[in-house]
Order: sequence, then structure tokens, then C-alpha cells
Amino acid sequence: MESQLRCPPDCRTMGIMPGNPSTLRSTIDKVLAQHAGRPGPLLEILHQVQHELGHVPGDAVPMIANGLNLSIAEVHGVVTFYHHFRDHPAGRHVVQICRAEACQSMQGVALAEHAGRRLGVGFNGTTRDGRVTLEPIYCFGNCACAPAVMIDGELHGRVTPEKFDALIATLGQGK
Amino acid sequence: MTVTVYVPRDASALSLGAQAVARAIASQAQARKLDVRVVRNGSRGLYWLEPMIEVATAAGRIAYGPVTVNDVPSLFLADFLGGGAHALCLGPTEGISYLKKQDRLTFARVGVTDPVSIADYLQHGGYRGLQRALTLAPEAIVQEVTDSGLRGRGGAAFPTGIKWKTVLDQKAPQKYVTCNADEGDSGTFADRMLMEGDPLLLIEGMTIAGIAVGATQGYIYIRVEYPHALVVLREAIAAAYREHYLGWNILGSGKRFELEVRVGAGAYICGEETSMLESLEGKRGEIRVRPPLPAIKGLFGQPTIVNNVISLASVPTILDRGATFYQGFGAGKSRGTLPIQLAGNIKHGGLIEKAFGVSLREILYDYGGGSATGRPIRAVQVGGPLGAYMPASQFDTAIDYEAFSAVGALLGHGGIVVFDDTVDMAHMARYAMEFCAIESCGKCTPCRIGSTRGVEVIDRIVRGENRDRNIELLEELCDTMLQGSLCGLGGMTPFPVQSALKHFPEDFRVLHRPS
Repeated sequence: MESQLRCPPDCRTMGIMPGNPSTLRSTIDKVLAQHAGRPGPLLEILHQVQHELGHVPGDAVPMIANGLNLSIAEVHGVVTFYHHFRDHPAGRHVVQICRAEACQSMQGVALAEHAGRRLGVGFNGTTRDGRVTLEPIYCFGNCACAPAVMIDGELHGRVTPEKFDALIATLGQGK
Repeated sequence: MTVTVYVPRDASALSLGAQAVARAIASQAQARKLDVRVVRNGSRGLYWLEPMIEVATAAGRIAYGPVTVNDVPSLFLADFLGGGAHALCLGPTEGISYLKKQDRLTFARVGVTDPVSIADYLQHGGYRGLQRALTLAPEAIVQEVTDSGLRGRGGAAFPTGIKWKTVLDQKAPQKYVTCNADEGDSGTFADRMLMEGDPLLLIEGMTIAGIAVGATQGYIYIRVEYPHALVVLREAIAAAYREHYLGWNILGSGKRFELEVRVGAGAYICGEETSMLESLEGKRGEIRVRPPLPAIKGLFGQPTIVNNVISLASVPTILDRGATFYQGFGAGKSRGTLPIQLAGNIKHGGLIEKAFGVSLREILYDYGGGSATGRPIRAVQVGGPLGAYMPASQFDTAIDYEAFSAVGALLGHGGIVVFDDTVDMAHMARYAMEFCAIESCGKCTPCRIGSTRGVEVIDRIVRGENRDRNIELLEELCDTMLQGSLCGLGGMTPFPVQSALKHFPEDFRVLHRPS
């Protein structure tokens, strides 16, 4: 049960850079092979690449384009269209704060400001030690338990600044 | 004897600690050598009571909540497994008035059953709609849906049966049924709750749709922000395949329906149906110009049903109990029930499935109990970020598509976000424009550029620069976006802005500190 309730890993951070180009090549080839023959597979492929590498490296774009018989521009266009895909690794932890209306009605703006001060970064920034990336999100569907924060794929509701600090403290300095 | 305890696996319940509660109950039971089976159900939708746990007793299910992990030892001491008295005891679940006063048709099983158990689903009336559909001609299934008066619950309220008829009438080598589960509107969570609490109902609805129009492939397009719902859906689809409710020969009928989940990537615009189809095809989620309608030329250029989660999940009930039964709920042209989602600054937030016709005031005060902060409710936004802000003078409006249109508001997906009197409506109007700028797909100019200019104009208004002239300019800009945008994002972003200006003009006239 425990593992079933966990988030799929692609929504948590894995800031692993592929060690060398051949590792990247073999990952992309493996992913392309798994999706061969499926209709309209590009988004699924990008999800899996990000799941395995923590981001979609720029060097992966021509490889994917070639594998799907698409232009580099088409694949680049898709990667950059969607907020979820990143072209560089995130911090070791990803903290996502909902900015949408229901969370705003419950002091969500103040919470986001507090989070920025506490972590010393703005939205879409990563702390200098590479520990935390802060991201805005527009709705987790947790609107009756606002404001909502997701940390490494785990959702938290009715988050006050104090609760936020306690959650950040549990992330551990060393990890 | 084994005692069954229900602890929700609903995302909101988990966000309040349900996982730790489930773990504590299991370990305490083991330590005390008690035979306890923990079932991870969906949520009943009484979110101020989550995590709400239930115990199956001889006298029915008894609820306790909100339970924290620290309450678990005292619950055991109070013999909660026998329904014992405790400060957190809420009595029989079915007797809780918030639930008792509802008309739960689509959400009848949500929070009741184990969401991924076919046996549980069947025991609670599941798959009766499909069984009946398998005995009917495709035209008769579509007619039943048309007769029920069901209108698209995603927000546009287009008659579902008419959409299905269009797809049925097409001759094509392949047709598709797609489910729009990209529920991105703030204040809405009915799709999420249903997918986490009764995913088999959605699967059954899609299967019926496939059989009705001759589509053999279905896709559920779910947002990446819903990781918990994704896990439950995938488990439920696997279970349905195992027991031949999906696949090449459904229940030995010779009918085929395959179903797959595809995950979005954080683009609000993909909730627009043509943009969703582009995204399903693996492209940028840019909207398509209509016509052709998706029902004629949709996914991969083939006839496609695009329906919202709740629309599809309403279908099994209609097939099982008949169009007349479903039609008997509601009023005027709004038939059946609407799962209303009450959220934001509200004391008793949650899911309220009611027949159309209940008033907004009843929802806010009789169910919601007023604001969470105890301050007066100043405004509500209904129907998501593109819905109008409604002032207290409109709270007597009935929950009904036409009644909302008549006061210049939008019922949409039925999500209500409540704000108390500390809200700054100029800020909310600015946010509406900002959100549109962030989420615009970029295809048409009024939306792409207009939203950015909108933010700038509102900034000038609240700084007091040429205020009257800039308010006039904002009104003109709203008009341009409304008339000139290709889809609802640019075309409806003016609604929250115009309604804020109209009902709360004073907020645009106080001098704001530069932020």
C-alpha cells in the first residue's frame, strides 16, 4: 500500500546528470524503443526521460526528434510549451506552492512570500546550495484544504508559515 | 472476527495526514493482537473532518474525525472498533446532515467502497449500466443519454447525447472516446475525488460511450498535478482488464474497448478540448480552430467524443436507472445533479452533490457554515479562474446554468471559491490577467498580448495613474479579448475582471502601495 500511495517519481526531483553522452544516448534509445509504435508518444517519452534523468537535457532533443522522425524545432517546441518539463536539473528537493484563487483566499500569497524569504529564492529559483527548488503551481485540487504545498510529490494542506518551516526542517541538510 | 476500518487515500485526506493515521491504526492493531483490515477508500467530501476514518460495525459505519496520528491510541482505548464513544466520534456516517441532505447519484460510492476493488464495485451496484448497455442498440444508448438531459459537466454544458449522436453518425475506420481530466480550475476537485474514490465508474462510463458510438479506444487525459489520482486510475484500469470489463471481448459480448491514461504536463490550456487533443497527439497544446468539431474530426483526425470526467461518470447511473429517473432531478434545462465543490475561505468546505436548483446562499451558509475566518463573505468566484466574481447581492441565485447566465455569471464545473471581506478585488482582477498571460497558448493575439497589457493597465489603475482613462481602457481591452479570442481562455478572462470592476469598483479606487 505504502508504495502505491507514493507519487510517481517523475513529479519528484532527481537531479542526476547523465555522466557521459553515451549514457544519455542509451537512455534515449531505451525510452524510444519502449514507446515504438504507440500513437502520439512524444509527451509520454518526455515524461519518461524526465523521470529517468531528472530533466530533459538539450542534447536529448535532436535524439528524440530523430527517433520520431520529427524536426528538432517540433520537439523543442513541445518541451518548452509545457511548464512541467525542465531543461536543467532541479534542486535535491522540489517545493511547489499553489498560487491559485482558493489558496489565495486562505493567505496563500503571504505563504508564498514567507517561503521565498525562508528559502532565499524566488519562484523557479534554486537555493545556492542546490538543496531546494521553489516552483509555482496552479491548483492541486486541494482547494477545500487551502493553502496547498507539495514537497517532493507529497501533498500538504492548510499550510501555515509555521507548518511550512517545520516541513522544510524535515528535509535534512545533508541530503 | 475481522473489523474493517476505512482510512481515505484521497489526496486531500493525505495532505492532512491520512497516511500516518492508516499506518498507526495498522501497527496499534497488530500490537494489541486485534484483527483489523484497513481499507483505503475515497473521501466522503467532508473536508473539514478529514482525515475522517470509519469503522464497519453491526449498526453500520461509524465515523471519527478529524483524526490525527496522536488520536489513534485513545481511539483504541475508547473501543472505536466497536463504535465506542470518543470526542471525535461523529456517529453513523449516513446520519451526518451535510451528507444526508445531498442527492448523491454520481458520488454514491465515493468514500464508501475500495476504489480499486471490482468485487466491491459490483456489490454496490457497479457495472449494471454497462450490462444494460450491452443489451441495447447503439442508437438506443445514445437516445437514453439524450433523454436524460445530461449536459457537459466540464463547464460548457453542451448536451452530451447530441455530441454522442454526431460521433455515432460518422463513418470512420477508428473512433475515440477521450476523457478530459485536466481539471485545472481553482476551486474544483470533483474530478479528482471521483477518480480517486470511484475510478471504475468513470471506466464504466467510457466503456458505455465506446459501445454507443463504435469507438474501440479510449484515453483519459489527466493532469500531472494529480499524481494520486493517476495511481488509483491505473490500478483500477488494470483490475478492469483482469476481469474482462476492458479489452477485446467485454464480458464475452464480442465488443472491444481499450483504455489508456495519458498525463498532461502542467498547461492549463489543455483543459480546452481541442488543445487537449493536440496534447494527446504529443504536440504543443495549442488550440484548434473550430469547425471541424472534434465529434467529426478529433483525435488523429478521427471522430472523437471529448467529455469531462463527471459527464462520463454520470452515464452508468442513467443507463442503470433510466433517463426518466435522472431527468427527475433538477429544474428547467438543468437536469440531474451537480457535484458542487465548496472551497477557499469556508468553514465546511467539501463536495455537495445536489439536484440543480439549490441556491448559492444555501450552499454557502447552510452547508458551508460561512467563512473559515468567521468574517463576512464578500465575494465568491464560481466556475474557476474564468468565472465571474459574485457579490453578496447575487447569493440568492439558483445553481442552474441559465440562472447563472442571467446574472452575468458562470456555473462552469461547479467549483465555488469563497473570499472574506479582506479580499482585494483589484488584486484578484490583476491575477486573472496574469494567469491568462502565463497560461495563454499564444495562438491568438487578444489572449497572448491582451492579458499582459491587462496586468499593466490594472497596475496603473491601482497606482492612481490617469485612473478614469485607464479604467475605460481596461474595459475596452476586456471587450477586445472577449470578442476576438479564439477560445475560452482569452475569451473569458474578462469575466472575473469585468465583474470585479462592476461589483467592487471601490477596490480599484484606493491607492495601493507599490509592491
